[in-house]
Amino acid sequence: MFIINCPFCGEREQSEFKAGGEAHIVRPKQPTELSDDQWADYLFMRKNIKGIQFERWVHAHGCRKWFNIVRDTSNDEIKAVYKMGEKPPTE
Amino acid sequence: MTKNLRVKSSKFIDETYRISFEFNGIKYYGFKGDTLASALLANDIHLVGRSFKYHRPRGIMTAGSEEPNAIIQLHNNSSRTEPNVRATEVEIYEGLEASSQNCWPSVNFDISGINNFLSPIFPAGFYYKTFMWPASFWKKYEYFIRKAAGLGKSPTKPDPDIYEHKFVHCDVLVIGAGISGIMAAKTAAKNGLKTLLIDEKPYLGGSTIYQNSQHFKINNQISSSWLEKEINEIKKLKNLEIKTRTSVAAFHGYNFLLARESISDHLPIEQRKNKTRHKLLKIRAKKVITATGSIERPLVFNNNDRPGILLSSAIKKYADLFGVACGNKNILLTNNDSAYETAISLIQKGIKVEAIIDNREKIHSKLLYNVEKNNIKIFKGFTIVDTSGYKRINKISIMQLSKDGQKVIGSKINLSCDCLGISGGWTPAVHLFTQSGGKLTFREEDQVFIPNIYPSTQLSIGACNGDLTLDEIFTNVPKSLKEFLNIKNTDYENIEILSSTNKSKRNIWLLPSDKILGKTKPFVDYQNDATAKDIKLALREGFRSIEHVKRYTTTGMGTDQGKLGNMHALGIISETTGVKMNELGTTTFRPPYTPLTFGTIVGRNIGEYFDIFRKTPIHDWHVNNKAEFENVGQWKRAWYYPKKNENMHQAVQRESKAARESAGILDASTLGKIDIQGTDASEFLNRIYTNAWSKLAIGKCRYGLMLNEDGMVYDDGVTTRLGENHYIMTTTTGGAANVMGKLEDYLQTEWPELDVYLTSVTDHFATVSVCGPNSKKILSQVIPDLDLSDENFPHMSFKNAKISKINCRVMRISFTGEHSYEINIQANYGKSIWEKCMEAGKEFNITPYGTETMHLLRAEKGFIIVGQDTDATMTPIDLQMNWIVSKKKYDFIGKRSLYRSDTIREDRKQLVGLLTDNPNEVLEEGAQIVADINKSPIEMLGHVTSSYYSPNLKKSIALGVVRGGKNMMGQKLIIPMEKKNINVTVSDPVFLDKENKRLNA
Ligand SMILES: [Zn+2]
Repeated sequence: MFIINCPFCGEREQSEFKAGGEAHIVRPKQPTELSDDQWADYLFMRKNIKGIQFERWVHAHGCRKWFNIVRDTSNDEIKAVYKMGEKPPTE
Repeated sequence: MTKNLRVKSSKFIDETYRISFEFNGIKYYGFKGDTLASALLANDIHLVGRSFKYHRPRGIMTAGSEEPNAIIQLHNNSSRTEPNVRATEVEIYEGLEASSQNCWPSVNFDISGINNFLSPIFPAGFYYKTFMWPASFWKKYEYFIRKAAGLGKSPTKPDPDIYEHKFVHCDVLVIGAGISGIMAAKTAAKNGLKTLLIDEKPYLGGSTIYQNSQHFKINNQISSSWLEKEINEIKKLKNLEIKTRTSVAAFHGYNFLLARESISDHLPIEQRKNKTRHKLLKIRAKKVITATGSIERPLVFNNNDRPGILLSSAIKKYADLFGVACGNKNILLTNNDSAYETAISLIQKGIKVEAIIDNREKIHSKLLYNVEKNNIKIFKGFTIVDTSGYKRINKISIMQLSKDGQKVIGSKINLSCDCLGISGGWTPAVHLFTQSGGKLTFREEDQVFIPNIYPSTQLSIGACNGDLTLDEIFTNVPKSLKEFLNIKNTDYENIEILSSTNKSKRNIWLLPSDKILGKTKPFVDYQNDATAKDIKLALREGFRSIEHVKRYTTTGMGTDQGKLGNMHALGIISETTGVKMNELGTTTFRPPYTPLTFGTIVGRNIGEYFDIFRKTPIHDWHVNNKAEFENVGQWKRAWYYPKKNENMHQAVQRESKAARESAGILDASTLGKIDIQGTDASEFLNRIYTNAWSKLAIGKCRYGLMLNEDGMVYDDGVTTRLGENHYIMTTTTGGAANVMGKLEDYLQTEWPELDVYLTSVTDHFATVSVCGPNSKKILSQVIPDLDLSDENFPHMSFKNAKISKINCRVMRISFTGEHSYEINIQANYGKSIWEKCMEAGKEFNITPYGTETMHLLRAEKGFIIVGQDTDATMTPIDLQMNWIVSKKKYDFIGKRSLYRSDTIREDRKQLVGLLTDNPNEVLEEGAQIVADINKSPIEMLGHVTSSYYSPNLKKSIALGVVRGGKNMMGQKLIIPMEKKNINVTVSDPVFLDKENKRLNA
């Protein structure tokens, strides 16, 4: 079980959080303009990386805020936590 | 009484405190401090069980948690019975009853023992190969196999014991209280760190605490005396908590560990009442120090599994700690110096050592010279090629090893014995380290895996880190502790060590015999009866991955997880295939390290606490009025209210008729309620629902359908506009939390620019729904001040009202198709409003109805229930609900998906009504729907989703999803059931009052 540093509440047990999949997939502003393939790409296609992955999490049993984390999926080390709308760390 | 092999008093055994116990129905005695294994050995009992596959007689092999053979059943046929318990870990208590497992009719005469003589037909993979064909026969084979094999019996009665879970936080957790663990705990605690030291055994000090040899000294004191003083000191440390009888089961990432603290297992049964049996500790440690020691390796040679063959270190422990001789004529087989430590202990206690067989040829060892001085014959460069004695070893045959160790040469020498100690060197106990994600490296000199890459803030010290001797410990442990704990000094600088061990070792994974391998039985995994032969067979058959070989041969898959034999399995694979050990790697060690009982895992979460449930404010009334309940999500909902002698069907028929003919009342408090406020609330609803919301007037209600982005129906419910920027949304009972989460997700991540605030108010309101032609009359009594005329209060509208000064919200909405009101009131008034409605409705025979009647009434109207008539593959178009999908809105969640190539297919499953040709035949929900019964295989078109007998229509009605069903109106279909085929006709899903006249009746 991880300990996640919620940007609003601080360090909490993983059981208070829910994972929300890959981060930085923006909902298209004009879905109707997209082809079936483009829409399917947004809907279904997700990376599943062994290594550094950007992920969405929500403090479901806490402040209910969504935020992003950078996690190494090979050893579960959380490299960074940042709020929605903030730029992902580059290093 | 059998022989007494108690040799010399030990300070760990209280000989003034005699304890009686039963083993296989016979009464024996032991002393306080004994384990079941030591007490049995003291009574000269080695044979305790039969092996899993061949039912070979097996004896006690070790003195610790790694025991593969002495697996027993405690308190057979009682509610406290427990299978697969290691006799080496059970502390005896008055009244203990233990019995052998895996033998029938008895351990001394086991019918399946014949498997042993049939063993050529039981090679690796035998069960897979033989009993899997033909597949249909497996059921028949399984019954007999399970009867003949199988370890232990699980209890059939409820567990009478209490179990608890506890969270523990500390700066430093030290696992293992051997010499290294004691040093670590003392250093951490003395430096102001909150420290927890735990050990699986009842005493502290590991194997050093009974090391009474002149050959091992610390600062000129015998190592056990030195350690005893250390232990007395740490017991006084304020920052240190010590837990014995506590076994770490799992070491997870982020230094999260689970440990089982055994509190009452060592007490007589009558003293356990009202005491917690086990505590499951959920530990979060800032730093973890693993000091789990090492496990002695057996040696793999022909017939190495007879009762009377033990690990050499176990024989030493039984002598030194328990004062028990494992035999009167002992022989030791070794490839390293450890066996000489055992010999010295035995000599000290006057226990006879006949000979030592050492695989090594040239040895310069102080320990060896000391043993030789006592006129004990040492066979250097020899090995055992065979043993004999069916239920107890009585003879060994030895031969000289060839230079390369692959063959035996010379002539055979026979030696008689009643006990054989074997030592193949030591395996660092890295199980917990690897569980936590640690990576190992292989050390060639002594052929051991040791920790290499640490995944979290942790440290391995002492034997589990490969520091196997006293001088290595004192050289390395203080240094690592200083670095790991960031401190300058320990109490262990400049300590003088006398350590006589010679580190040389002659490692031969599979010792040769004069017979060919095929004619021998060199066991690698004792519990699962896997031999070196089986491993070689698996390799010949093409298995290469260690994980595959493990599963095929079942090596390491017993309750002991191969703590003894895994290294030999790896070694044999490495030798046979030529792949280096480091590349081969180990199999994954999985939690728990030693088995946990289910009681420990569930703790207090049993019975009504197994899964918490939610009650509405009106719950007590339902209970008092004999409602039957059903679980909906976490809620307990009233299902139906049977009157005397009524079954469910009769109750539901009565309730449904009353609701349509006069008045019904339903507790709808469980529906999810979300308060939505903000200047962009209307826009928000436009984006999340399929229909339009901007034009909804204040005081009006509207039904909405919510989709997933993939276009599939997610939830539904009525939302009411309370003010310009204020809405209250209702969701399904089961979907409330998920809907709330989904809405928050979109608000925070996709549309942060919207000014909208969401609050879950499900628990804040009680909801009472009154329906039926007389509902208006009832409501006019309950809320006399409210103008209920259709002009003032039409269908799908809302009014604020007061019931004796209490504010409430009244919605005129209907899920039954009847004229109907929903009163929402502050939760704690829920029950009194309900009772008020019951009182006012008395003259109209107001009838409380439960969820089953609600489902029937809505099915008559063809209203869907999300999750029953839909699954995650139904679009609103599939549900024939095109009317609710706005064509004008530019976008809403899921819109784009409604015209993907897949969702516009005409032959998708669509929701239809189903009428049985026989109006009294009620379909089974979930039944398959087909068109052509003669086609093979029969093509499934869909299934029945809802089905009832409608008392109002006096016929059976059903909803179902059917491929292309939309265009099948009036068509005949078939529901094939086990005993008959039922003919149905596809119909409109609305069965009653298509014109909605009843809403205003
Ligand atoms: Zn938070």
